[in-house]
Amino acid sequence: MREKSVLEMHGIYKSFPGVKALQNVDFYLREGEIHALMGENGAGKSTLIKVLTGVYGKDAGEIYLKGHSGPVRIHSPQDAQNAGISTVYQEISLCPNLSVAENIFIGRGKGMRVSWKQMNSDAAKLLTSLDIPAKPTQQLASCSIAVQQMVAIARAVDMDCRVLILDEPTSSLDESEVAKLFRLMRQLRERGVGIVFVTHFLDQVYEVCDRITVLRNGQLVGEYEIEALPRVQLVSKMLGKELDDMADIKNNLPVSTEKDSVPVYEAKGLCSTEGIQPFDFEIRRGEVNGFTGLLGSGRSESVRAIFGADRVTSGEVKVNGTPVQIKKPIDAMRHGIAYLAEDRKRDGIVGDLSVRDNIILALQVKNGFFKPFSKAKAIKFAREYIKLLDIKTASVNTPVASLSGGNQQKVILARWLLTHPNYLILDEPTRGIDVGTKVEIQKLVLKLAAEGMSVTFISSETDEMLRTCSRLLVMRDRKLVGELTGDQLTQSHIMNTIAGGEQA
Amino acid sequence: MKATRIFSVILSAVLCTTALTACGGKKNQLIKVGIINNDPNESGYRTANDKDLKATFTKENGFDAEFRYSMKNDVQINDAQKFIQDDVDYLLLSAADMAGWDTVLKDAKKAGVKVILFDRTIDADESLYEASIVSDMDKEGETAVDWLKGQNLPKYEIIHLQGVMGSAAQKGRSGALDKTAGELGWTIVKQQTAEWSAEKAQQIVQSVIDSKTSFNVIYAENDDMAKGAVAALDKANISHGVGKDVIIMGFDCNKWALKELKAGNWNYDGQCNPFQSSYIKDIIDKLEKGEKLAEKRIVMNEKGFDAAQITDEDVETYGIGT
Amino acid sequence: MTEKTVLRKQESWISSILRHQIIIPIAALLLLSLFNLIADPSFFCITLGHNSAGNPVLSGNLITIIDCGSELAILAIGMTLVTAASGGQDISVGAAIAISGSVIIRVLCGTNTRPDTLQAPIIVAFLVACLVAMAFGAFNGALVAFFRIQPMVATLILFTAGRSIAAWINNNELPVISDESFTYFGGYLPGIPIPTPFFIALLCYLITWAVLKFTTLGLYVQSVGINEKTAHLNGLNPVLIKLATYILLGLCVAVCGLIKVSRISTINYSVIAKDIEMDAILAVALGGNSLSGGKFNMSASILGAYVIQFLTTTLYKFNVQSDALSAYKAVVVIVLVVLSAPSVREKLSALVRKLHTSGQTTPAA
Repeated sequence: MREKSVLEMHGIYKSFPGVKALQNVDFYLREGEIHALMGENGAGKSTLIKVLTGVYGKDAGEIYLKGHSGPVRIHSPQDAQNAGISTVYQEISLCPNLSVAENIFIGRGKGMRVSWKQMNSDAAKLLTSLDIPAKPTQQLASCSIAVQQMVAIARAVDMDCRVLILDEPTSSLDESEVAKLFRLMRQLRERGVGIVFVTHFLDQVYEVCDRITVLRNGQLVGEYEIEALPRVQLVSKMLGKELDDMADIKNNLPVSTEKDSVPVYEAKGLCSTEGIQPFDFEIRRGEVNGFTGLLGSGRSESVRAIFGADRVTSGEVKVNGTPVQIKKPIDAMRHGIAYLAEDRKRDGIVGDLSVRDNIILALQVKNGFFKPFSKAKAIKFAREYIKLLDIKTASVNTPVASLSGGNQQKVILARWLLTHPNYLILDEPTRGIDVGTKVEIQKLVLKLAAEGMSVTFISSETDEMLRTCSRLLVMRDRKLVGELTGDQLTQSHIMNTIAGGEQA
Repeated sequence: MKATRIFSVILSAVLCTTALTACGGKKNQLIKVGIINNDPNESGYRTANDKDLKATFTKENGFDAEFRYSMKNDVQINDAQKFIQDDVDYLLLSAADMAGWDTVLKDAKKAGVKVILFDRTIDADESLYEASIVSDMDKEGETAVDWLKGQNLPKYEIIHLQGVMGSAAQKGRSGALDKTAGELGWTIVKQQTAEWSAEKAQQIVQSVIDSKTSFNVIYAENDDMAKGAVAALDKANISHGVGKDVIIMGFDCNKWALKELKAGNWNYDGQCNPFQSSYIKDIIDKLEKGEKLAEKRIVMNEKGFDAAQITDEDVETYGIGT
Repeated sequence: MTEKTVLRKQESWISSILRHQIIIPIAALLLLSLFNLIADPSFFCITLGHNSAGNPVLSGNLITIIDCGSELAILAIGMTLVTAASGGQDISVGAAIAISGSVIIRVLCGTNTRPDTLQAPIIVAFLVACLVAMAFGAFNGALVAFFRIQPMVATLILFTAGRSIAAWINNNELPVISDESFTYFGGYLPGIPIPTPFFIALLCYLITWAVLKFTTLGLYVQSVGINEKTAHLNGLNPVLIKLATYILLGLCVAVCGLIKVSRISTINYSVIAKDIEMDAILAVALGGNSLSGGKFNMSASILGAYVIQFLTTTLYKFNVQSDALSAYKAVVVIVLVVLSAPSVREKLSALVRKLHTSGQTTPAA
């Protein structure tokens, strides 16, 4: 083991059917440091953590811990806990109806003796030492989310943990709560705890971390001292584009921004319940634009606000110049807007229903309750789009859940194309599908735009967006921070805008 | 044992004297009565029972009565405690469960509250209450079966529709029939519980008809089931009632059932007397006068009506409901 | 390769038959028929006779089944929709039948408990009962849809309180209706030898079929039941749809209430339609529908209802104590629920596959 290391992972491999989630990943954590684990979705962060905490078994590789001679075996979360590895997840996994003290000590009473007095006074000591504003006897549910998170950390700390994993702990906290959490993290660092910090807020990484490990596509990109890795570099490493070889991809899109025409869709000060800052947005006929930004930057929330998928709290919306109210999805659909959601499984497919029903669903709803399509017509629609999009399915009656990811995505795309929208929003239409289908979808977007449809395209892969979009709206920390057009549409510009901060 | 008995005798004597003196003290005052009953919505029987009590324990009759209803023992016990605290003179109780009443009845005794049980008895020492007024379900069954025996049918082929198994009424009414049928060699072609429900009874009788088994008596343990059975017979055009193919027997003496009886569609209806208030009032009157009761367990007089003899007056007097 | 494709084809052939959900009630029906055929073939005998009113009537066990199973079939329609949309069941239908039956009686009797003539047309009484039952359905639906209470927990309220409400409607009295025409709904129409409840059930089925065909109800309900979020994003209002299924169930309840009170021309609120909720839920399960919602097959549910009545009638015929009936039904439920659990299904299909592969590979080995 390296000097000062508290945890080392060597050559970790882990694959799931069809996916190589981790390939030869090394990870080093020092005593008394806060170490950011970075990477876009699907990079392998959570798999690595789950291997470390015994949720998944690893296919190959070794894990070393300080104080253990030789590799340690971790087969279950219990093993990990016994070895001094504790995890605090984004979703708090404590019992809200028990007291703070009970939550700290639950499930680890040595033997059967429980003295409430003893427990409460121990908890009180622990809470004061960590400066956590909670009473031992208080019910956990009555604490704020931040305090609950801190209690979870206190529980971990009290279990003599030497490795503390914080998985997206800040995503539901406000600024002052984040500050409190960071104070606690720094305190623990002083005590020599090694902290793995998973987040997608760049500002937070640069505020509190010492070193960064970057993963991409299940592989280790590198391990860096925070001072040696400026933000823009970090972004480029996460996205997999080195600044050097970012020869600008020629943007040979048909120039279709008829500047004078009335926007197909226009919003001013749009804001929803999902915590995005109010933003202005417009799109014209035949235009393809995109929202970019890291995961969690608010790009999905923005388009959901446009579609009325979340509760819209403010904003003026015009469709083709006429002021309209879009409060719920059906309103948007009636105004010719279609939205392919980011999470295909959760928000896209109706798993047990057939391909046919999935394809006609949106048009059917738009068409109305008393005007169902005949079976023949539904089959005709389905066949037409199965052919058009080359969907590989045994029949129109096959349950959509049994199709591959790419074909599921095409079914949902077919559903929305069938409604003949004027404005199509595609949120990560290419995620988790094979390269061939990705290209098909991009081509289709350009074709639709050429035919006059307006498209908003969101992708984690910047080059896809560069290939398809003539205008990019950049988001950071749930705020619209920039708009790039024309010559500005280069990888480096995008990354600088995404990264923000001093390197912009 | 002996000691406690002596003690209880002394105690009751003391109580009697105190009651006497108390009586003398408030000659013209109302007698305060706390009544704990089951929910009147439970059944038509209970509704009639409740109405009867309400009609008797009025201001005009010299009572200040308060009613509490529950089908839960713990709630009833709670109510009883409250009545004792309110210093009622009499506590009338139809308990939901047999058990669990010792403590509260002892408290009542200490506080000088006299307890009279009605309709249902409890598991407690007899010394803890003045009287217990009950229906004798065994006797109800015996009366009915004796009547059936008296019909002197050439053969007895009986469909026996039982109530909810294990209830006191079912046990008493089934027991009598089982016993006599065994002794006299009557055939029971079907014995099944319809759980007091008319529809289930209808289905059961229907299944007997469908399987072409012959029968000439339907012994239903309540009026509802008898009604369901009759519906099945009507469907199959099997005649029933006085002088017809099948004898119909029911229990409970609902007014509508007695009317069927009067019309000759049914043959017999056994009474399960809900009109207990007169018995209770008698007891209270006696106790107020300082008399002693001969028996603690008072079995109510319950009749069985024969279609041939029932009068309109009987229907009005004994019929439950309207 | 070719061997594998052959294998897969065989497998898909078998599993597609096994997967078709109406196979479950049909198999149960065949099994019961077979049992009766062996035990006593006269079970299937049907004879034409006359009832006491002089009308021709058919009688026999099969007629009893289509007669008495009808309320359950009607209830199964609503219960299937509720199950599909909300992934839970309404356990208050028995109590709700008591309420709607009491309402019908109350309207027909007016203030008199034994009227010689009806105080209101039957259709009026029925429509009032429909409104009341739908209102209670809406109450249940609102708890489930707006407040996201578990359906069984939400409907527990009415399950507990319903029969008391029914008692209150008729002032705890037991009114009796002596009008001849009122008995038609639970008995026979003059001159028609087949019990009316069967026609009512048939009518309900046809209406349901038409509604499913001429509206998008089926698609909407299934979408909401399978994936509420997706349904929302496709312009549906899941809350409204769930609410609607509970209101429709209320309508079914009112129809059942009419048949039940017509059968005996009176009502005993404490025992009428007792435990029918369990049978209705069982009918849905027996129809092969997932009790956790999603896809449904209406015909299978209705067939399931008649299968339950078939089972009940068989058990009566063979003198099984009727308090043991629920034990037999419980066994059926256990088997069904266990079989429909995803983990068991997975294991079963794995077993089938294993049997196949072992059968195929043994000669090679």
